Amino acid sequence: MRVALFIPCYVDQFYPNVAIATLELLEKYGCSVTYPLKQTCCGQPMANSGYEHEGEGCSQLFAENFAGYDYIVCPSGSCTLHIKHHLHTEKNSPEEAHIRKTVYELCEFMVDVLKVDNIKARFPHKVGMHQSCHGQRGLHLSQMSELTAEPFSKPGSLLSMVKDVELIKLDRIDECCGFGGTFCVAEEAVSAKMGKDRVADHVRHEAEYITGADMSCLMHMEGILKRQNSKTKVIHIAEILNSY
Amino acid sequence: MHSTITNHADAAIDFNLDEPRVDWHDKTLWFIREKRDMASHNIPEWEELREYASQIKNNVLSNLSQYLQEFEEKAKANGIIVHWAADAEEHNKIVHSILQKHNIDRMVKSKSMLTEECGLNEYLEANGVEVIDTDLGERIVQLAKEPPSHIVLPCIHKKKEEIGELFHQYLGTEKGASDPKYLTAAAREHLRETFLTRRAALTGVNFAIAETGEFVVSTNEGNADMGAHLADVHIACMGIEKVLPKQHHLGVFLRLLARSATGQPITTYSSHFKVPQPHQEMHIVFVDNGRSVHLGKDDFRNSLKCIRCAACMNTCPVYRRSGGHSYHNAVAGPIGSILTPNFDMRANKDLPFASTLCGSCSNVCPVKIDIHDQLYKWRQVLMKEGLGPTTKNASMKMMGWVLSKPALYDISGKAARLVLKYTPFVVSNKLNPWYKQREMPAPPKESFKEWYKKNRS
Repeated sequence: MRVALFIPCYVDQFYPNVAIATLELLEKYGCSVTYPLKQTCCGQPMANSGYEHEGEGCSQLFAENFAGYDYIVCPSGSCTLHIKHHLHTEKNSPEEAHIRKTVYELCEFMVDVLKVDNIKARFPHKVGMHQSCHGQRGLHLSQMSELTAEPFSKPGSLLSMVKDVELIKLDRIDECCGFGGTFCVAEEAVSAKMGKDRVADHVRHEAEYITGADMSCLMHMEGILKRQNSKTKVIHIAEILNSY
Repeated sequence: MHSTITNHADAAIDFNLDEPRVDWHDKTLWFIREKRDMASHNIPEWEELREYASQIKNNVLSNLSQYLQEFEEKAKANGIIVHWAADAEEHNKIVHSILQKHNIDRMVKSKSMLTEECGLNEYLEANGVEVIDTDLGERIVQLAKEPPSHIVLPCIHKKKEEIGELFHQYLGTEKGASDPKYLTAAAREHLRETFLTRRAALTGVNFAIAETGEFVVSTNEGNADMGAHLADVHIACMGIEKVLPKQHHLGVFLRLLARSATGQPITTYSSHFKVPQPHQEMHIVFVDNGRSVHLGKDDFRNSLKCIRCAACMNTCPVYRRSGGHSYHNAVAGPIGSILTPNFDMRANKDLPFASTLCGSCSNVCPVKIDIHDQLYKWRQVLMKEGLGPTTKNASMKMMGWVLSKPALYDISGKAARLVLKYTPFVVSNKLNPWYKQREMPAPPKESFKEWYKKNRS
């Protein structure tokens, strides 16, 4: 199985450990992983700001970098969703359609494609699970509290295989953290307030760590936790699944 | 008077100056979202109902003129006088002319977001007609000289103590009294006297049935009925998109409406108006006001399915923390942010950006409007129209260019990490909105790409 590793730009630059954990996890489960070295960014920051048209160069580069693999795996629900829904260049090639169809967020790839049923990891901590909206409501990584439907959680099922993890309960199981891409600076007041409220829910329930499938939400909450000198830390789910 | 700021982000800064109040506002609306969840989760076929409602509305939008004509014909046969208004101004003139014909200068009005949209109260007042809003929440904001902040709960932004103060000032209740029962009783007495002395009543319309020529008004207070039954002239105003084909379709919508709005199984009153009482005149005013143009926009037409339940407002994490007035329109929240740019793109260009695109709004919508996808699409339309700030246009162009060049990206990324490491004061200052309430991420010694080159390739 030839897998291309798609690492979001900000993870590449600021959270290399998340990318390393993702790579090691995929290798552990027998994937032949390549990291296309010319990758930059999926173009989401421009598109969500209303500048899809300025992201054409990014999209073309992405299509070139990721052509010809069985799967593309990314440790971010948000960037995965962007490629799945919005990767459209002027060429509109069959390769692009293949990319849109075979791009997976890490947890859904592990559950749906690799069908992982055993994880050799231990993480003896109280952990709060943050449901990032694009992964949850966009990719359906977990059931959404608004719907009248059976609950399920792909990241949750993976975490349940990790030894000694204690998942805490939250008052609001899937409220947005307020990151929202450029929203976090354009609407700073609401963004920060949403982040403070989200963090408070985890802290109130004694989380030692807040985890999730999107580092961008975690980066936002980490910024708030650090400002508050909180003992609670953030950790990407790949790092928990890859912990010994 | 309410804030005159017409930019969501600025109004939100104002709203967030009083953090305990934001917490109170958020919790009050979240409580309603929870009630909605309980009510909807108890209906096993809830998601099918939503789908059914969505399809009925899609059918309506595709055959709108046909259903409107059918309604007109049936309504006329029932004795209702039908009017057509192309825009807000014509609507206001029609209502005024009906009142003039009967020499009426005082009117009661139950809740109608359409009349808020058209600015009817202001128009009538400027023409010497006194309008008393009879929905309790509407009456409260009317006394406070504010617009409603929510389409179902117009005064949800006001605390009971503030309402007590208003009532003390205008209705003569005891100073400092804030007991909701006491205040409601005072309002009831005040409104009862008004109902008995007004000869004209205006109501909104929740649903108009093409098959029968009747219309349905849903309220919890019975104020629409009280007004309409006592008055010589009943005027009902509705947007053209509110028509439904058949009477049996009501069963779908009445089950969805109140559960989505407040978590009640049904509104206390769902009143059907079909034939005027003897000696009463019944009018219905159909209003376009941009709707037929809106209907022509493929990406945005299905927002006309909206039944004004406000579930999207209650669930919206941004609305709960910025308040309804920050959307500077009669219809606030996520649905307002996709409806209002249809009326005036320039004046409402900020609203599609007042969202994290979390998607909760689309999930609670009883008629399955793809609200968050439309917010995304509006952003593209607005920026392509050149309505973005010049600095943003330039920075996005630059960003798009750098990110399409791998070598430039590597250099810029390294530069950013070096800045964070050696000169953090460049970004960790008041000019950086991120830093105001959040720390910057700690820069690692190398990027993943650098690590990968050393360890794998």
